[in-house]
Amino acid sequence: MPLTHVNEGTHAILKSIDGGRQLRGRLAALGLLPGAQLQVVQNSGQGPFVVAVRGSRIVLGRGMAARILVE
Amino acid sequence: MASTLEKTLTVAVAGNPNAGKTTIFNNLTGARQHVGNYPGVTVEWKEGTLRRGDLRLNIVDLPGTYSLSTFSEEELVAREYLLNRAPDVVINVVDASNLERNLYLTTELMEIGRPLVVVLNMSDAARDRGLIIDHHRLSQRLGVPVVPAIGNRNQGMDAVIGAVLEVVNSREHLPGPADQCRDAGPGPGGLSAPSRPTRVNYGPDVEAAVSRIEALLPDAPHRRWQALKLLEGDGRVLGAELPDGVRETAAALGAAFAAGSTDDPDILLARLRYEHIGRLCDEVCRQIRGNGAAALSDRIDRVAMHPVWGVPIFLAMMYIVFTLTFTLGNPLMDLIDRGFGALGTFITGLWPVGSPSHLKSLLVDGIVGGVGGVIVFLPNIVLLFMAIAVLEGTGYMARAAFVMDRFMSKVGLHGKTFIPLLIGFGCTVPAIMATRTLETRRDRLITMMVLPLMSCGARLPIYALLIPAFFAPRWQGPVLWMIYVTGILLALGGARLLRATLFRGENTPFVMELPPYRLPTAQSLLIQMWTRAWLYLKKAGTVILGAAIILWCLTFYPKPPVGYVPAGSPVAFGQMTDAGQRRAVELSYSVAGRVGRALEPAIAPLGFDWRIGTALVGAIAAKEVFVAQMGIVFAVGHADERADQLRAELRERYSPLVGLCIMMFALIATPCIATFAITRHESGSARWALAQTFSLTALAWIVTFAVFQVGTLLKLGVS
Repeated sequence: MPLTHVNEGTHAILKSIDGGRQLRGRLAALGLLPGAQLQVVQNSGQGPFVVAVRGSRIVLGRGMAARILVE
Repeated sequence: MASTLEKTLTVAVAGNPNAGKTTIFNNLTGARQHVGNYPGVTVEWKEGTLRRGDLRLNIVDLPGTYSLSTFSEEELVAREYLLNRAPDVVINVVDASNLERNLYLTTELMEIGRPLVVVLNMSDAARDRGLIIDHHRLSQRLGVPVVPAIGNRNQGMDAVIGAVLEVVNSREHLPGPADQCRDAGPGPGGLSAPSRPTRVNYGPDVEAAVSRIEALLPDAPHRRWQALKLLEGDGRVLGAELPDGVRETAAALGAAFAAGSTDDPDILLARLRYEHIGRLCDEVCRQIRGNGAAALSDRIDRVAMHPVWGVPIFLAMMYIVFTLTFTLGNPLMDLIDRGFGALGTFITGLWPVGSPSHLKSLLVDGIVGGVGGVIVFLPNIVLLFMAIAVLEGTGYMARAAFVMDRFMSKVGLHGKTFIPLLIGFGCTVPAIMATRTLETRRDRLITMMVLPLMSCGARLPIYALLIPAFFAPRWQGPVLWMIYVTGILLALGGARLLRATLFRGENTPFVMELPPYRLPTAQSLLIQMWTRAWLYLKKAGTVILGAAIILWCLTFYPKPPVGYVPAGSPVAFGQMTDAGQRRAVELSYSVAGRVGRALEPAIAPLGFDWRIGTALVGAIAAKEVFVAQMGIVFAVGHADERADQLRAELRERYSPLVGLCIMMFALIATPCIATFAITRHESGSARWALAQTFSLTALAWIVTFAVFQVGTLLKLGVS
């Protein structure tokens, strides 16, 4: 399911990213690549997301989060 | 002197954004640093020096990056520097409290083949997060020296320098790169100084592919890195000159990996790197208790990034910044103002009373009046930059970007574009350079185009002069705030317009790291304040001094002949006895007066007379010149309370509405020459800079016209 459906505080595992090479490369450098464990720190239903991954907090725009599939 | 025998080493400081790289750089170099440009790509960089005996270390602060790919201009700059300049040693600053992510860059730096020293920064923050890192073990496993340090307390710098020197010495005394493991005994400060970096093992399949590509490449320290990048399909490396057959081999091998896996080769390699790092971290890190610091940071964020409260909190922060800038700055400004007043009186006293000396007028009205009128605002500027430095240093800036994303995405940009816009409150020039952190050229251009609408520090003197002249004290704060908000709204509106016309298409995805909250160090704040104060004074002593002299000449010459009869005057200039009247005639007769009067038909609908016109033309050189020019036009350079006298003159001559209109026009119109130059430079074309100048001037005219005409109709602030 897309990351946008994940509630605040929930852990998830990144499955895939629907995006171009450039975008996937940037996310990979930040530790967001398939198989990575993440936790949704903030999802207020509007505005950007905050996820915790490998010890850092990453802000993802809502459009961006919709393109990240997790389980 | 040993200077001729001195040996110079180049040391590059690399690291993730927010890893404390600049603090380490500041600690190492102190105030001995300057801002330079990368030749060719001309991106701003900071360089400083450090002396140890007969050694001179040239230390370069590379832009903060997460990897050495080329997804942003910063990464490209860091990477090109490492490849082309081949620094003697690379210091990799690593945030110990965020080791896993930070080591990703470390693995890439090791592959690029320059001698490396890892600085495990913020080891105290790691401890606060309940994390213990065995740096000896980490050093052994990485095969490079690892030095723990606490940058913001200036701890561990000697050990860093020691490790750098050790690395240099060990290279010099070894016969060649093929020479294997040196004795891994303790080095300076009890460090182990292993000699050869341990490479990431990507597993048999990838390693075989890399070896095949490597065999085709000429020998170089970064050969393995080059081979890996070719396998990843890195556009830059593929685009460079390569031996025959390499591209084809790499493409075929990459395709084979892509076929056998769900990941592209670059993602596959990134994952293997992270797996390697994960094993490493498991081995060297011990989590001894829960992460209290992160919990606190999250708790603060629950308020600062609240979907409802985030925006009011941000606006309140801005309000506090601007109010403090004024209230704290005013006593200091009065002091400086008095100093220049006294200087003017002293110089005037060198001539007999009423002397018509041109030199006296140049010194008092032109230079002291012009330059002094600008230097007076130094406290405001320094305080504003300090506030921006605090917002950046604490990590709030990223929260502001988060909070503003909702609004920015409405105009088709993302939250990160708000950071350059915020820096624009300080100075448009560094703000335009800060647009480099944006990933797409489209977002960069839009941000650049609207950036001058964020009211910069140089426009503050104009407001600081005019607001107290026309508005009661209790209205001064709100008026200033309203001007800034007008700028922000126009910038957002302008961005929306550009997005809907010239730059259509989907929004750029918004991805940004949220650094934990930190207390900025006094040292970094002082260095930033000092740099800004110095740049401002330098500008006052060069551009503004020059402009003041030229403007003085333009307002002073040519002199009306004795027989000149101004329009509407019964007597000739020679017969006039009233000093004020004579001055007005002289000014009107001068070049500046003529230019101003030529402009008058164009600016009269805005409520401006030719005096304001001349000052606005001067403001193109630098916005502060407007104030200097008003001082010259009203020749108040010889009074003790100069700013107050100038305000009295302005109040007498103009209505509060005109005062507001001047501020509106100054806010929006014609960016200064420096902005023009940097826009041209950063956009790569004079067309964008010209478009910016003309459209903003047109916008200024329209807005000011509307404000003035509506205000006049409603009889608001006209008396």
